[in-house]
Amino acid sequence: MKKQLVSLAAMAGAALCVAASPAMAHDLAVVSWGGALQDAQKAVYFTPFQAQSGLKMTDEPWDGGVGVLRAKIQGGNANWDVVEVESEELALGCEEGLFEKLDYSKIGGKDAYLPAAVSECGVGNIVYDFIIAYDGDKLKDGPKNWSDFFDTKTFPGKRALRQGPKTNLEIALIADGVKPQDVYKVLRTEEGVERAFKKLDSIKPDLIFWKAGAQPPQLLASGEVAMTSAYNGRITAANDKDKKNFKIVWDGALYTIDSWVILKGSPNQDAAYKFLDFAGKAENQKSLPNYVAYGVTNAAATSLVDPKLMPVLPTAPANMANVEAIDDSFWLENLDRLTERFNKWAAK
Amino acid sequence: MSNMGGVSAPPADAVLSDTSSLKTRLRRAERMRKVTAFGLVAPLLLFIVITFVVPIGSMLWRSVDDSELSTVMPHTLATLKKWDGHALPGDESFRALAADLTVAHDAGTANVAARRLNYDINGLRSLIMTTARKVPALDSADPRAAFIGLDPRWGDIATWGAIKRARGPLTDFYLLAAVDLQRDATGAITRTPADHAIYQDVLIRTFRISLTVTLLSLVLGFPVAYLLSTQPAKIANILLILVLLPFWTSLLVRTAAWVVLLQNEGIVNHLLIWLGIIDHPLRLIYNSFGVHVAMVHVLLPFMILPLYATMKAISPVYMRAAASLGAPPATAFLRVYLPQCLPGIAAGCLVVFILSIGYYITPALVGGAADQMLSYFIAFFVTDSVNWGMASALGAVLLTATLVLYAVYSQLVASGSVRMKK
Repeated sequence: MKKQLVSLAAMAGAALCVAASPAMAHDLAVVSWGGALQDAQKAVYFTPFQAQSGLKMTDEPWDGGVGVLRAKIQGGNANWDVVEVESEELALGCEEGLFEKLDYSKIGGKDAYLPAAVSECGVGNIVYDFIIAYDGDKLKDGPKNWSDFFDTKTFPGKRALRQGPKTNLEIALIADGVKPQDVYKVLRTEEGVERAFKKLDSIKPDLIFWKAGAQPPQLLASGEVAMTSAYNGRITAANDKDKKNFKIVWDGALYTIDSWVILKGSPNQDAAYKFLDFAGKAENQKSLPNYVAYGVTNAAATSLVDPKLMPVLPTAPANMANVEAIDDSFWLENLDRLTERFNKWAAK
Repeated sequence: MSNMGGVSAPPADAVLSDTSSLKTRLRRAERMRKVTAFGLVAPLLLFIVITFVVPIGSMLWRSVDDSELSTVMPHTLATLKKWDGHALPGDESFRALAADLTVAHDAGTANVAARRLNYDINGLRSLIMTTARKVPALDSADPRAAFIGLDPRWGDIATWGAIKRARGPLTDFYLLAAVDLQRDATGAITRTPADHAIYQDVLIRTFRISLTVTLLSLVLGFPVAYLLSTQPAKIANILLILVLLPFWTSLLVRTAAWVVLLQNEGIVNHLLIWLGIIDHPLRLIYNSFGVHVAMVHVLLPFMILPLYATMKAISPVYMRAAASLGAPPATAFLRVYLPQCLPGIAAGCLVVFILSIGYYITPALVGGAADQMLSYFIAFFVTDSVNWGMASALGAVLLTATLVLYAVYSQLVASGSVRMKK
């Protein structure tokens, strides 16, 4: 409530400023995903940044969608400066020229970040993984990788995967012996797609498909499935809040990165760069995992994170050993056709 | 009026002016009444126009609108006007393409064309985007060789066919795709390749599930409605609350409740195992069984209520009369009671069926990947892939199929095989 009041006041203030001066001067406005993540960012980035830099800033939540950003910029009403976007929005918005091209020299240089976090229009902010989860109380000797996930003889029971082809085709190929880093190369060929569906076919009678990220922990808790694909944060949250003993398998995980972008034409570019620099520093990033189970993008930050959190941290070296980033350019191009094909396969 | 002329005393012209003024007044009053009546329905009419006619109109428009390419690649399209699709287009097309893509790259609009072309042929998205990035550096002396050198797909007639097909301003591309058809480079209509031709099956599945749910609702709802209508008011009211209570509960809550009941470790499976009927839990959810159970439960009140209303109006005297005339109970039911229920049956079936074909959230939550209905794919194209043309085309197909069915239904009603009470 307080947050809402503050942002409401900020918005009213911003509106007044717009009315008063055509220069659209407003405090630096940072937009993130709300909820537990934004609360953590407030504690780790927003509040300390204001104290240290003496700059004023406001923060707001949003629900994503490149259309929202497009409307803001084309409508000439860009009252946001820095926005946290998912990788697909980053790719689309960068193509459309919705974001400023980043000058990495102002935020510590490209080498300061994990290579996957560096891109033309955005700098990575959090890392999260698509992993295997199972209930450690029910399965003492659980699966070690995606091949085990497809091994219904050794590990009987149902499995849950996300509805649709995205992530599932990658998982099937990894289970079939393709190295994670080669997955999209294989998937770009007709034989690769064929191979993935054939692998999925091998456990089709045991598959259940979930739609919302909240479902995998529920499916595990109710005993409906022996193992499931899931977002790592949901599983850690279930362990913390509901005292579950869910285990995470990081081998062959698919990860994705949310990035900070600066909206095109932002009048607060200096402040925005100062903020990105602050939020990109290892000593500031290291506390984020204390609040939410996301990985951090500064190459040096992970080593500073509380060692107790390493097992659940996506960017811990052990957890990053054999993973692959979800390829948005592949899915932007192939989602429609492969979704049709996935449903054809499912109906067979 | 005509026979009054001889009898009445007043002069003829007085009568005439009198009747004419009466007529005018009558007409005026009539008009006033119409205006008032229209004034009363005007808000509703406006509401329906804004919330119903306009969105459906815009949906139908989007399913045939094709203006992306004509704004991004006007010159290329102009050179393709006379191209017949049998051989690669000439140099001027390549040159125009280079000019268009250069402009599009600077304006940041290349992605609009790329997205539209990718709907037609997978992979054209990256082809357009990478070409647009590299096009300023291309050799302009032999643009055709330069383009093909950049990516061999520029030497493929299919690529140019896709560009020509997307020339707009109108297209049948989405509507054809929504019924598993497509056009080739020469413009002939062909079948969609089998591995992603799914929409005919999905449409049939949608109607099959809806029909089954309607019939199950009728079979289950009829006895309940009969019981309700025959009980004294006190008991009937209590029973009616039992019907209405779930009706007032959120759809999501009821669907989630079925997940709890039907899952492997759910109450139903535990009960069956405890009773010794089965050894292993049955798969009752995340398949078509779960979809049918949950949908019938959610839609049952829509069947029971019209049935109850109809049955309540049937006087018990008729059944007694039939019995007293010697009809055995079954005959009396079939020939006297059932025909009088037909209006309720027809209304209930129509409501349940029409609600069913638009169902989305229940199959999404309790169904498997093979039980998704057409609205699931509409939602997919709106929210996941942001392909409005395809979403609108599927919506148009669903709308058309529903209207056809409704026409058949009203034909049946009109021909008297299902007589509605007036």
